[in-house]
Amino acid sequence: MATTPQTMHHTTTGIDNRKLLMWIFLANECLFFGSLIATYLIFKGEPMPGPLADDVLNIPVTSASTFVLLMSSLAMVLAVYGAHHARPGMMKVWLLATILLGLTFLGFQVYEFRHFAHEYHLGLSTNQFGAAFYVMTGFHGTHVGVGVIYLASLLFASMRRNGLGRETGFHVETAGLYWHFVDIVWIVIFTVVYLIPA
Amino acid sequence: MATAAGTVPQIEEAGGVWSWVTTVDHKRIGALYGLTALIFFLLGGVEALLVRTQLATPNGQVLDADLYNQLFTMHALTMIFLAIMPLGVAFFNYFVPLMVGARDVAFPRLNALSYWIFLSGGVLLTSSFFLGGAPDGGWFGYAPLSSEEFATTSKAMDFYVVGLLILGISSLMGALNFAVTIINMRAPGMTMMRLPVYIWMTLITAFLLILSLPVLTVALIQLLFDRNFTTNFFTPQAGGDPILWQHLFWIFGHPEVYILILPSFGIVSEVLPVFSRKPLFGYAAIVFAGVSIAVLGFVVWSHHMFTTGLATVPQIAFSASTMGIAIPTGIKVFNWLGTMYGGNIRFTTAMYYAVAFIAMFTIGGISGVMHASPPVDAQQQDTYFIVAHIHYVLFGGAIMGILAGVYYWFPKMTGRFLDEGLGKLNFWLVFIGMNLTFFPMHFLGIAGMPRRIYTYDSGLGWDTWNLVATIGSYTIALGMLVFLVAFFRAMRQEKTAGDNPWDAATLEWATSSPPPEHDFDVVPVVRDRDPLWYDRDHNIEPPEVPEHQHIHMPPPSYIPVVLALGVLLLGVGVLSHLAVTALGVVVILYSIWAWALEPTD
Ligand code: HEM
Ligand SMILES: [Cu+2]
Repeated sequence: MATTPQTMHHTTTGIDNRKLLMWIFLANECLFFGSLIATYLIFKGEPMPGPLADDVLNIPVTSASTFVLLMSSLAMVLAVYGAHHARPGMMKVWLLATILLGLTFLGFQVYEFRHFAHEYHLGLSTNQFGAAFYVMTGFHGTHVGVGVIYLASLLFASMRRNGLGRETGFHVETAGLYWHFVDIVWIVIFTVVYLIPA
Repeated sequence: MATAAGTVPQIEEAGGVWSWVTTVDHKRIGALYGLTALIFFLLGGVEALLVRTQLATPNGQVLDADLYNQLFTMHALTMIFLAIMPLGVAFFNYFVPLMVGARDVAFPRLNALSYWIFLSGGVLLTSSFFLGGAPDGGWFGYAPLSSEEFATTSKAMDFYVVGLLILGISSLMGALNFAVTIINMRAPGMTMMRLPVYIWMTLITAFLLILSLPVLTVALIQLLFDRNFTTNFFTPQAGGDPILWQHLFWIFGHPEVYILILPSFGIVSEVLPVFSRKPLFGYAAIVFAGVSIAVLGFVVWSHHMFTTGLATVPQIAFSASTMGIAIPTGIKVFNWLGTMYGGNIRFTTAMYYAVAFIAMFTIGGISGVMHASPPVDAQQQDTYFIVAHIHYVLFGGAIMGILAGVYYWFPKMTGRFLDEGLGKLNFWLVFIGMNLTFFPMHFLGIAGMPRRIYTYDSGLGWDTWNLVATIGSYTIALGMLVFLVAFFRAMRQEKTAGDNPWDAATLEWATSSPPPEHDFDVVPVVRDRDPLWYDRDHNIEPPEVPEHQHIHMPPPSYIPVVLALGVLLLGVGVLSHLAVTALGVVVILYSIWAWALEPTD
């Protein structure tokens, strides 16, 4: 009975408090990205000076980066599996893979931003497409970056002598929730920005 | 009270500033919230008095236009974000764990963090007065007024952006914490349909915050980019869309008004049954009305934008949905009246405020339905009629509800009573004052007086009512002074309250006043919607306190303060130099790491 509220395992619903927190937080994030995407859509089709989406987007390249991010979700699933089945080696390898795939996605994004800026002179002030695109995908990229730090700190902590302790599976799974969410958001952004024609 | 004495160390008694800085006890954090918000409330009151003094007579000379704009803007921001919301949160903090039968919130350190970030945001926003001028574009900061071209000379609107972003982080953390606590930390037997209505309203408020704040966050980020990083989201001459800001702001803004009022709905739903000595009438109806208000609250935002040239169909749709909200609102009013009907009423100050709440809020609701009709709104938009509406719902509603809560819960929080004589005096001054101030604004609005003008000429038929309103505002101030006297006098009294002085029904009254650090010696078991009345009527004795029990409470932590400091640095950096931002990021990363490693038991 000597437990603090945070580690109390007998919750009313049976769901751990921290996991519930993550779920509700993700609801908040839905509205956050929803508003960014809505802004993008509102300006889409408005008359404005170029360059516009059709001029700059390179669908094959971004399809490749999308594929990378999807694979990172697969790696994440495997890491969670390893964490739950007391296979720390497997968990660490796949955590590392997830991190590397996430970093690759970010690399693609840096390349894309630089390319648009230098090749097409698309900046934040060029037009509303540029503004909405950079802010929306930039915040998504920031989320991926935060996810990378999150996973890296789990990986780092799991290297310690006691690893992540009794709650390894729980920690990795909760991080996985976040990671999958960020991936799903990208699927929506990719569809809205790259796949739906102007 | 035989509770805690001797069984556990009374950390409660430990004094010193440091113990307050590092506290993670929900009751202490509640007290910090309450006192901070009270100070901001007084500050917002002074701003309002200055505004009213300027408007007392035609061609007033007290303030110039610039300062006037800052004062009415800061009055609204202070009252909404630094007074009413945190006063609500103060009660959430203190009473959510007690009323659901838990020993603390789900995340005690996160709770402390919310408070310190709130304080940072409040101080940052207010400091703008001394750092080149406070925000002056109105509390909804409509885009052209907030854009770079109109506000290049000062950082005023950047303070607005950064201040609200920081306060938003704090509110979000608090909301997440309370949502998890209510869903997941209920005492045995406390099913959802046995939750006190106050807790239901808190839960709904938390979800409103969680789902509406991100929209404001995005709008603020876009404004931040417009002002500092050359984008043109809202600048029309560069292809931007100022109406987009209005949409985003009000998608947040309308749920926000329910965020302000729902806690008071909840308080009144606790106070009325206790002082009518009968259970709440129509519990399920009140709960579902609250839920439907919250859902509908997300589909009415454009009633703030009827005059922006919406197409006809949206006008009709938003008008209908707005009027629709009056239905669940009306249900609640009838439930409250039904609760009092046939009851054995005790007219305490808390009850006075609760009854006045119903009356005043209803007036505000009725004026709301009036401008839910677009042609009517075309006449009333941006006039003093709107000012009358918002003050009947926010002062007559939210503030009166909070004051009812203060008188009702004061004995629980301090073990002492606020003096009833002074309380009644406080009530009548505030009640008469608020009606003197705000009722005439209906007439002023219909006579065509626009809101937010810093002065007006004589001969427009506005002179008398403006003077009356100003006299009313000073009456309110006098009333609040009486409250302060009552407060300080009470704090010097003996602790005579006992566990349950009002013979109330909910769990917070099942423990000592003030409660011990661990809230309950034995976690209560809930057998009914009104647990203490059920136990009283069925002669169920309170559970035995075991001889040697060891209740482990989370240890104090200084990390929340450090983390909040990092967030403050982040904000200050955006307003000054990027290097400060970088420092903020470092502090934040460091403290999150320390946070994760800090042992919590
Ligand atoms: C029956 C319920 C209500 C209805 C039908 C209603 C309707 C409206 C409408 C149509 C407006 C826009 C008026 C205009 O700007 O021309 C408005 C403004 C406003 N309402 Fe209400 N309202 C209701 C309840 C509330 C409540 C409960 C609150 C807060 C606790 C509230 C707070 C406000 C505020 C703050 C504004 C003005 C915002 C501003 O322009 O600064 N209302 N209301
Ligand atoms: Cu509204």
